[in-house]
Amino acid sequence: MPPDGLIGQALPRVEDERLLRGAGRYVDDIHPEGCLEAAFLRSPFAHARVTNVDLSEAVRAPGVVAAFDGAQAAALAGPLVFDMARIVPEPVRRSVDPLVRVQPMPSLATDRVTFVGQPVAMVVAESRYLAEDALQLIDVEYEDLPVVVDPERALEPDAPLLEPEWEDNVAIAFNFRKGDPDAAFAAAHATVEERFRSHRYMAAPIETRGVVAAVDPFDGRLTVWASSQTPHLLRDFLAGALGYAPDRLRVVAPDVGGGFGMKGSIYPEDLLVPMAARELGRPVKWIEDRAEDLASSTHGREQVHRIALAADADGRILALRDDIVHNAGAFTTLGLVVPYNSLTHLLGPYDIEAVDVRMRVALTNTGVTAPFRGAGRPETVFAVERAMDRLARELGMDPAELRERNMVRPEQMPYATGLVYRDGADQVYDSGDYPGLLRKARELVDAEELLAQSSEERRIGVGYAAYTEGTGVGPFESARVSVEPGGKVIVRYGGASQGQGHRTTLAQIAADALGVRFEDVEVRGGDSGELAQGFGTIASRTLVLAGNAIVEAATEVRERAKRIAAEMLEISPDDLELAEGAFSPKGSPGTKLPLGDVAGFLSPFNPARPKGESADLAAGSIYRPSTVTYAAGVHAVVVAVDVATGMVELLRYAVAHDCGRVVNPTIADGQIAGGVMQGIGGALYEELVYDDAGQLVTGSFLDYLLPTASEAPELRLAHLDVPSPLNPLGVKGLGEGGAIGPPAAIANAVEDALHELGVVVREGPLGPSRVRELIREAVKAGHGKVNTVGS
Amino acid sequence: MAEVDIRLTLNGEERSASVEPRLLLSDFIRHHMRLTGTHVGCEHGVCGACTVIVDGEPQRSCLMFAVQADGASVETIEGVAPNGELGPVQQAFHEAHGMQCGFCTPGFVMSLTALLRNSPDADDDELLDSLSGNLCRCTGYVNIIEAARLARERMNGAA
Repeated sequence: MPPDGLIGQALPRVEDERLLRGAGRYVDDIHPEGCLEAAFLRSPFAHARVTNVDLSEAVRAPGVVAAFDGAQAAALAGPLVFDMARIVPEPVRRSVDPLVRVQPMPSLATDRVTFVGQPVAMVVAESRYLAEDALQLIDVEYEDLPVVVDPERALEPDAPLLEPEWEDNVAIAFNFRKGDPDAAFAAAHATVEERFRSHRYMAAPIETRGVVAAVDPFDGRLTVWASSQTPHLLRDFLAGALGYAPDRLRVVAPDVGGGFGMKGSIYPEDLLVPMAARELGRPVKWIEDRAEDLASSTHGREQVHRIALAADADGRILALRDDIVHNAGAFTTLGLVVPYNSLTHLLGPYDIEAVDVRMRVALTNTGVTAPFRGAGRPETVFAVERAMDRLARELGMDPAELRERNMVRPEQMPYATGLVYRDGADQVYDSGDYPGLLRKARELVDAEELLAQSSEERRIGVGYAAYTEGTGVGPFESARVSVEPGGKVIVRYGGASQGQGHRTTLAQIAADALGVRFEDVEVRGGDSGELAQGFGTIASRTLVLAGNAIVEAATEVRERAKRIAAEMLEISPDDLELAEGAFSPKGSPGTKLPLGDVAGFLSPFNPARPKGESADLAAGSIYRPSTVTYAAGVHAVVVAVDVATGMVELLRYAVAHDCGRVVNPTIADGQIAGGVMQGIGGALYEELVYDDAGQLVTGSFLDYLLPTASEAPELRLAHLDVPSPLNPLGVKGLGEGGAIGPPAAIANAVEDALHELGVVVREGPLGPSRVRELIREAVKAGHGKVNTVGS
Repeated sequence: MAEVDIRLTLNGEERSASVEPRLLLSDFIRHHMRLTGTHVGCEHGVCGACTVIVDGEPQRSCLMFAVQADGASVETIEGVAPNGELGPVQQAFHEAHGMQCGFCTPGFVMSLTALLRNSPDADDDELLDSLSGNLCRCTGYVNIIEAARLARERMNGAA
């Protein structure tokens, strides 16, 4: 689509210069006068009774100001209660009648620990060095309890219980059924059934989490700086947990070094650090280290799907069955969010009439899983897209052809899936051309020439993955647009940036909606002191919700300014135009009344100011979407697998994406590229591995492997953007989309490359040892017909 | 703990301090010298966010003690273009959109600045090899590789 004003233009980011000079302000760069530093003692056991915590030596250590155990913390701040997680919209209840159990999470463990890395005690000292020294002087007595790590094992009747008062480890359960899947399976020409596992990996932003809290000694107000995606939600949570009126508590997310969902959760340290600052009357800081991040920040993925597809002889899919087990880790903090996303994205772009899904979410003695870029979608897409390839093989069809045959066609839009979305609305795809996306991805990846280079030693294959993504979920986002007397426009929004470039894209939107120059707009977010209401930047929502809130507020400001300008110029408002920050009478572009002068005219010092008008030229807006809008994409990848080493090389990666109307193409493509790389990390390198005792064996970046520049494939992107009819801007969210496809697409390509050997890929990551193991197993099973393969 | 006197050149200025022997160079730069543009992402030498230039070579400041920098010349991101326009590497990251959250960016800029000063005609493999010492979680690297090529072109042209 050609640019329409500033929207659609690849403007360079206004964020960059400060960050490039090292003048960013991340949470650890904030160090109030007299700031103390905290360190946490964490459980070395996955499941144990805590019988005694002895802080007596630690509190006497040099530089230590205070130490807290679980009982002290509980008395001062209580456990973390995730009330929002209990909310189930009535239509969701009617559709799937879910069981949702949410436990309170102790800020520091009291009588029990349930995962390695759970905080047990906190030391506050004059420096981090001294606080860590003192941790070694804390004596904790543990009594081992039986451990369960595997979610399927956790559902067995004799499994150790995470919550002794519960009769089992099921935190969440629901079923969904439509059509007549039993009849469809009975009548099918072909069926496939497989067990696919989406393994555990995580966001691991390069900046870890961190919190700084300070109480103003004069008025008692508390300020918290946190590396958070949701400062307003944290403010509301802390107000309740610490007993502050929300207006006496300000939460700021300064520059944040990546989040990807991990910083959208609320954690024990978020509560404990402000609590300590209040108790001690001095500022307190805690910066997570990488070992803490890998063990204790939220993880993502980990689902086991037993999925089956039934098709007729033409490859038309008649029914889908899936029995899903999701590993929640030791606590469920966000309730239905991730598992329910897995249900509502299981059908993806496909039109399937009969469906039978069972979801069970198990507690285990592992780190908490929570939303991570995609939040339930990559897991479910891995299962369904792998099953599509198995079905294509069974039918002897081209996998892309099978997909296209089953996709919802553009003329079926708006298309109702029969499900209810998490926000309580019927799930209706609002717009999109899924077959078009598939054809585009296929064209971009241009696999034929590469496939022709395949040899017995270096086998080349192609894989696809298609997905939909509900973006811009409610309940709301807020914005405020104000024109300052000098003509500068300040836009405040309730979200927070972790690198998405909001200060650029939201300024483009505001400048267009208001009729001012881009460079006159300053965007401020991530600060509850700037704007009282806000929800936060999670779930691919800020562009959709904050963007449209800004349009509404800017429109209101423009209309009011026009009315006042008309009074000033003594002409009719209908005869005025606003462009580049100045009003002109229609047909007299030479006469200009700058918007700043209109704002100045309202000054209380101006004796001629109109009576009854407020002094500020500003408006606020709360945007509440009717429901989500559906982005979609198809990924296609060509891989080469070295049969002798098991090494997978990505030869070419293609993405065809629909994210609605694009505000800034450079930033949009950057979001997709970044998401794809995180997906590639999960597909090939990254895995959080627990041993049977619940020890995290990938607890550093030496074991938890993030991809580097050397692993970046040739990436080809294309947009097939269909504007959303659901919001005035026509935008869809795109923060997560890139991360959804790669695990499935790459697994499909690897299996395609190795299909002659009889290899079936059932889980990732597809590192060399797993690929070699797959080849060895296939050869052993008698599929091998290649003499280059060792046994 | 007994402190040790050190003297070093930091971004061209002579600085002296008394530090504990166990103090990391990264903490010395950030918390003692208050130059917070050097970031710490893993504290075990993998992510490269804390990269600074020590006597002309890129070094991970989380893997050095401050006392090891005694007598050395240390350059941080704040020293790359202290007053005027952005340096060529910084400018290239901006133009190629080689950055999103900006947290890893100073480390990339320092690694690449050291490489291109020492080998202005580094080939693509050398560029990639150097870039692979720094982790980025936002960009997917494509635009970082682009930025590196752009910076090389410009620094070559200037040489």
